[in-house]
Amino acid sequence: MKPVTFTLRREPDQRLDCAPLVPHRLAGLGAGEIARIPLNTTRQKVTAGDMFRIRAGDPTKIHFEGGSERLDNIAEGLTAGEIQFEGPVGKAAGRNMSGGRLTIAGNAGPFAGSGLSGGRLEIKGNAGELLGGPFPGEMQGVRGGLIIVRGSAGHRAADRMRRGIIVIEKEAGDYVASRMIAGTLIVLGATGQLPAYLMRRGTLFLAEPPSLSPTFLPSGTFPFGFTRLFADHLRAESRAAARLLRGSFQRYAGDMAVLGKGEVLVAAS
Amino acid sequence: MNIRGVAIDDTFAEAFAMAATAITITGPTRRWAMNAATSMTGFATSIIGCGCEAGIDRELRLSETPDRRPGVRVIILSMSPQELQKQLANRLGQCILTAPGSACFAGVGGSTRLKLGDAIRYFGDGWQISKRVGDGRHFWRVPVMDGEFLCEATTGLVSDAVGGGNLLLMGRSYQTTLRAAEAAIDAMRAVPDAIMPFPGGIVRSGTKIGGKYKGMLASTNDAFCPTVRGAVESALDPSIASVLEIVIDGLGEAAVAGAMRAGLKAIVRLGPKRGAVRVSAGNYGGGLGPFKFHLKELVA
Repeated sequence: MKPVTFTLRREPDQRLDCAPLVPHRLAGLGAGEIARIPLNTTRQKVTAGDMFRIRAGDPTKIHFEGGSERLDNIAEGLTAGEIQFEGPVGKAAGRNMSGGRLTIAGNAGPFAGSGLSGGRLEIKGNAGELLGGPFPGEMQGVRGGLIIVRGSAGHRAADRMRRGIIVIEKEAGDYVASRMIAGTLIVLGATGQLPAYLMRRGTLFLAEPPSLSPTFLPSGTFPFGFTRLFADHLRAESRAAARLLRGSFQRYAGDMAVLGKGEVLVAAS
Repeated sequence: MNIRGVAIDDTFAEAFAMAATAITITGPTRRWAMNAATSMTGFATSIIGCGCEAGIDRELRLSETPDRRPGVRVIILSMSPQELQKQLANRLGQCILTAPGSACFAGVGGSTRLKLGDAIRYFGDGWQISKRVGDGRHFWRVPVMDGEFLCEATTGLVSDAVGGGNLLLMGRSYQTTLRAAEAAIDAMRAVPDAIMPFPGGIVRSGTKIGGKYKGMLASTNDAFCPTVRGAVESALDPSIASVLEIVIDGLGEAAVAGAMRAGLKAIVRLGPKRGAVRVSAGNYGGGLGPFKFHLKELVA
């Protein structure tokens, strides 16, 4: 059965909250009922039908055609099923996902994958700031699942990450893995200032030599056994990451300014 | 029943339900994987005195181990999941954790789990690191003096494992009997999910239940001891010079049957002149164990 398809009619005038357009909220609805779903914006009342041409289909698969940086909260709270998005998205795509798959064939705004606890989020373009990070006041960012960014990520990617795996295939901005609680972040390109700043636990893999805080202490070069497990797991998801993980790593323990039980593993040359 | 001159008794091996698990042990080289596995399965011949029965199931190809290093699959069985957990944790902590370069992984699935790394992670004294690989598998990294001990958090419990399958081999001389037992063991080792826990897979001191002395749970199986023939109700005719037993444990009834079948086939192939002239099996009349392996059915 074909997926439910939303084709963007025009660039939205204002930010548009697309959170209701997820499989579990579309189940059992026809195209007319879906078109009447209200989408939050500012003072205007807008429905899904106002903004998208809708073709009914299998609600476990949703296809968005045409994107905009004003489309926020795509796939928020996704629990199962698959959403494919052709084009750029706004803030907090995939926020609080606990299952299913979200693929964005474009750039994503800030807070993509925020609070993700399961499932798979793939961003084929670049991710904005605070990839996977918590909203203000929240104590944890990503809590599970897998995020893959084929491009680069903005500042403070994986802020307060608690569990799960994030792969950034190109560069990451300043303070990547800041305040990391646990989990695994892999960056294949260069990183900005002070990666893993105030990291408590967790692992940051880096392919390029970082500009680390002096509160990270070198603790030797090893062919870690656990990296092979990640390499095998990620082989189908990111061949470049899998290749990196098959090598040896120089380990830096830190951040000693806080708990100091985290590690930055830099590919040994 | 007589096959190519080897008499197969019309009897059966009586076996019991046991709790079991399998683990994969890897090392930097085959030698060190095997050292850890040999140590871990040491003093694990019989539940009577060892608390568990354990053995090496098989060596693994590099592509079969989670960390792509040389590895060995080990099976360990006990009478209850609680005792199995205790033996597993002790042997993991004393024999695998201690072996240079070792790592340890679950060797069998299952919804009921036994603690592996979860049981010894505190050895890391706060520096242990938890890692979950995306498919739900959970590992512990424990810092040790040569680097890191990587250990999967749990392994699966096999609650319907089978222990106590057996073959009794009888020959016209000590040498031919041992040769037959060795041939049988070589064939049985190729059967997956089954182990022969005694030294080299062979036991020469088969037991009967109880004894004349107070407190003896088991004593020598005098009916099969050639030197007391005549003094006891012997199961041996005058032509038998020596008897050896092979005990088989497995992760299921099919594994034990498969190993016994492979052993019988090897014994028959060797023939009575160079090997055993008769094969029997031990049982308790059929009233104790839920599993019965009839020799005739296995060679049919």
